[in-house]
Order: sequence, then structure tokens, then C-alpha cells
Amino acid sequence: MAAESGKIDPMHQFEIAPIFNGGFELAGQTITFTNSALWMLLTLVAVWVFMQGGMKRELVPGRWQLMVEGFTGFIDDMMTANIGAEGRKYAPYVFSLFMFILFANILGLIPIGVIGGHPFTVTSHLTITGVLAIVSFSIVLIVGFARHGFHFFSLFVPHGTPLPMIPFIFVVELLSFLVRPFSLGLRLFVAMTAGHILLKVLAGFVINSTNAGIGYGLLVGLPSLTLMVGISALEILVAVVQAYVFALLTSLYINDAVNLH
Amino acid sequence: MPQIDQIMTTYGSQLFWLVITFGLIYFVIGRSMFPKIQGTVDQRKAKIAGDIAAAKAAHARADEIEEEYRVAHARARDAALAVTAEAKAKGAREAEAKVREADAGIALHLADAEAAIAAQQTAALTEIEAVAVEAAQDIVARLTPAKITKPQVNRAVKGALADA
Repeated sequence: MAAESGKIDPMHQFEIAPIFNGGFELAGQTITFTNSALWMLLTLVAVWVFMQGGMKRELVPGRWQLMVEGFTGFIDDMMTANIGAEGRKYAPYVFSLFMFILFANILGLIPIGVIGGHPFTVTSHLTITGVLAIVSFSIVLIVGFARHGFHFFSLFVPHGTPLPMIPFIFVVELLSFLVRPFSLGLRLFVAMTAGHILLKVLAGFVINSTNAGIGYGLLVGLPSLTLMVGISALEILVAVVQAYVFALLTSLYINDAVNLH
Repeated sequence: MPQIDQIMTTYGSQLFWLVITFGLIYFVIGRSMFPKIQGTVDQRKAKIAGDIAAAKAAHARADEIEEEYRVAHARARDAALAVTAEAKAKGAREAEAKVREADAGIALHLADAEAAIAAQQTAALTEIEAVAVEAAQDIVARLTPAKITKPQVNRAVKGALADA
């Protein structure tokens, strides 16, 4: 943060910068090990470490194993409830999606700034959320056309539509279908970005008001700090809810492709 | 907003690392570890369901055994009652027979004794008659000069005794 200039930039936390110099060219893009890459790797490691608890595979689970089984069972139940028995086929993808987003969201909230670290939220980048949304949407398209062929287009004509309304309804339904990847990707990106900006702005209030004098600090800084505590709790909730929403919507979209309404 | 400003310069790098990390999560965790954990959970569910079914079967078997036991118990009690009733009847019958046998013996003895008494009585009467005849003949001979014969005395004594 540009604290030395006296101005705190709440957007600085989203900047991507290489950690190591160097890298290589790939299709016109320079691939370097950035802070984003570091946090993606940390997410991977965290998820992997967490999952180790579930690999004990004991008949009577311990606390950790039970926790992991709670996560897998949650996704498993969601897929079965939304898609049916066939849903278990897609559970590994949705589970990976859910765990990646959840851990990336949570890791980005860890206040390692107090010990000089720079947390970075992988999912606050449209590139990441957009790609994940496109992957989900592609699975829906591939599964839909592979299973139903051109009959998949009947998804856009709900049952009981009057004949003269069909062209109009078809266009509306097609548009709402095509908007899905954007809403899916944007929702997570916006939720993460907004929360982190809000926290940084309030943190800026605390620092700047306290620097301006003890009176301002008590008048502005203290309420802002109190608000930050509450919003931090809310952000943890948002981190979980957004991961859940992403997984849930993906499962609902896959359901459309598998069962056609 | 760096997410938009930097998008053209960093998308390749972000994509590259996302493919690596999310790919590893999908293939190592999603495709390999997740089904194993699912398997463990399913196995446990199956085990619990199996155990419950076994417990239910055992419970049903216990009920069955109890019913069998009850039936056997009732049957055994009936058999025991029949045996005791039979033994009682047999005992009564035997006692009756013994009493009857004893009665017969007693009656026989009684008849013998009565016969003996009757014989002795007859013998005594005959003896008395003979003594009476002799005494009467002696008395008549001493008191009267009349000569009487034995058959006369006999007849007289018999008549006197019959009158008595």
C-alpha cells in the first residue's frame, strides 16, 4: 500500500505483480510466477492438506475425517438432490470448483498484512472467475448436446408455451441462457472485489483519521474499526456463500443439460 | 481497477497457473481423492444398513425362538399333567384292586372260621347229646326199676333238646 505517499489506494491489493523476474513467452503472453500464481498454489496446497484428513478412510471417522466427509457429503447431496442419481458423475468437478473457490476466498481474507504479508484473493479477478464460469458453461453445452443433440434446444421452449409465443419465448430463454456464464463469473468477482475494497477503504479511514489526530481517531477511526470487525465476519460468510452459489448454480445448469427441465 | 487494466497483460499468466492448480485440484483431489472419500462414506452407510438389517433379523429370530420356547413349554406342561394324571389313575386302580383282593382273602378266612365254628358247634352238640343220653339212662336206671332201651332215651333226649 502506498502509505508513504499519505494516500491509501484500495485497488492496490488487486494488482498482479511478478514475484520472481523472468518467465517465458507463450502465445504472446509472458508467463511469470506472480502473486496470483502464489495464492493459487497456496489454495491448491491448502485444499490438498485439508483433504488428507479424509484419506484415513476409517470406518469410525475422527473429527478431521468427519469434516472432510461433511464437505464431500454436502456436494454429493447437492448433486443428487438437483440432478438425481446421475449427478454423482459430475460431483468431482463441482467439488473441485467449490473447494477451489472456497479456499481461495478464505485465504484472501487471512489478515497476514499485520505480519507484513500481502494477501491476494485469486477469485477477485475476472480472468479467473470468468474462466471457471466458461468451463462450467462449456460442460453444460457439451453434456446437453451430447445427450440430447438438437433436441437440447427444447430447453428454450418451456412446456405449454402457446404456438404464437414460441419464437419470442425462444429468444428470451436463449438470452437468459447465454447470460448465465457472465452472471456466474461476474457474481463471484464482484462479491470478492467489493468486500475487499470496503475493508481497505475502512482501514484507510482508520489510518488516516488516527494520523490526523487522536480526536479524529476516536471519532472516525474507532467506529470504522468496529465496522471492519463486523464486515470481516460478513466477508467470511460471503466467501462461503459465493463458493456455495457458484457450485449450486453449476449443478442447476448441469441439471438443465442432463434432464432438460 | 487492476482486474480490468491488467487483464490484457496478465490473462495468459493467470490462465497458465489456473490450469495447473485447478487441473491438479480436479484430477488429484476431485477425480482421485473425492471418490475414495465417497466410497468410504458409502461403505459406512452400507455397513450401518447391513448391521441394522442383521440386528432386525436377530430380533425376529429371538422372537421366533421365544415363541418356540413358549410352545415347547406349554407342550411339556401338558405332557407332565397327562403323566401325573395317568399315574394318579393307575395308583387309584391298583389300590382298588389290592383292596378287593384283601377283601376276598378276608371273606375266605371268615368263611373258614365260620365253617370251623359251625363244625365245632355240631360236634359239641353231638357230644352233649351223647352225654345227656348216658346221664338220662343212668338216672332212669337208678331211680326206677323200669328198664329202658337206648333208642327210647335217645328219642326222648332229642325231643327235649329240640324243645329247648
